[in-house]
Amino acid sequence: MTDMRSAWRTLDPDLLRSIALICGSVAMVGVSYGASAVAAGFPLWLPVLTGALVLAGSSEFLFVGITAAGGNPFAAVAAGLLVNARHVPYGLAVPEVIEPGWRRFLGTHLMNDETVVLALSQPDLVRKRAAYRLCGLGTLIAWPLGAFLGSLGGTQVRDTGAFGLDATFPAVILALILPALRERVTREAALVGAAVALVASVYLPAGLPELLALSGLLIRFVRA
Amino acid sequence: MTGNRVLLVSAMVTLAAGTFVFRLIGPLLRSRVEFPPLARRLLETAAVVLLTALVATTALTQGHEFAGYARPAGVAVGGLLAWRKAPILVVVIAAAATTALLRLAL
Repeated sequence: MTDMRSAWRTLDPDLLRSIALICGSVAMVGVSYGASAVAAGFPLWLPVLTGALVLAGSSEFLFVGITAAGGNPFAAVAAGLLVNARHVPYGLAVPEVIEPGWRRFLGTHLMNDETVVLALSQPDLVRKRAAYRLCGLGTLIAWPLGAFLGSLGGTQVRDTGAFGLDATFPAVILALILPALRERVTREAALVGAAVALVASVYLPAGLPELLALSGLLIRFVRA
Repeated sequence: MTGNRVLLVSAMVTLAAGTFVFRLIGPLLRSRVEFPPLARRLLETAAVVLLTALVATTALTQGHEFAGYARPAGVAVGGLLAWRKAPILVVVIAAAATTALLRLAL
């Protein structure tokens, strides 16, 4: 608990608001996830337990979707793992946010798009770790909780499209990486990568286009 | 049904374990191997490149298809506001509202 209190003091109010907002939108997407899983015929506990244990939204949607459509569960696992392979480069980029000792296990589990982008946006190690931990614990609660509420609510809350909620995830990530994109070489690599990913997404299964975007890094060597 | 349930749960646990291993690889590798400064910078850029690609694909595509104009328009409005240093709450509300209103109108 003392750690949480020092995290509150370390982080400025703006960042705390961002974390609260991220957890709020994660919970709302969780609601639609739980609702669609139950509507597809899965028991209530499945999206909740999967949410807590996998803690990577897009791979879970894919897993539940493929299994619900009658696909082989292990084909669904393969598709989910492909989507989650981006956690390898995430961990290579910000290994310092994982604290040593007994916290290492939990810290590793908390690695996701939101926690990594928040850590990247912070100027020093203390704030990187505090932002990562708080946002991670928040999503660990918000995602399964949202899935639980969605499972209870059933089919009425399935459509996140009507409220434009599907636009909030890319908007939040974009807002948080904008400062990093001010650097020219990073921006060029990111734009090339995004273009590669968009073209690839027409032909390739989810997850692979984002990994292919890493080819944008080659521009570093072209420029240098 | 019981067999199905066992299969489903073992698949889910496999997905969870595999994802955990992916999360573990980066920090483990970085604690064992000393990367030169250029490689370290490259790795940090890699995360930004990945996240940008994720923004592009989640904003513009749904499955293998174009997601329609409403969602990317909302993301663009949010991005523009963020670029003008608007608070993140404003960014999110503007993005969702733009997308929702465009869906109503179109």
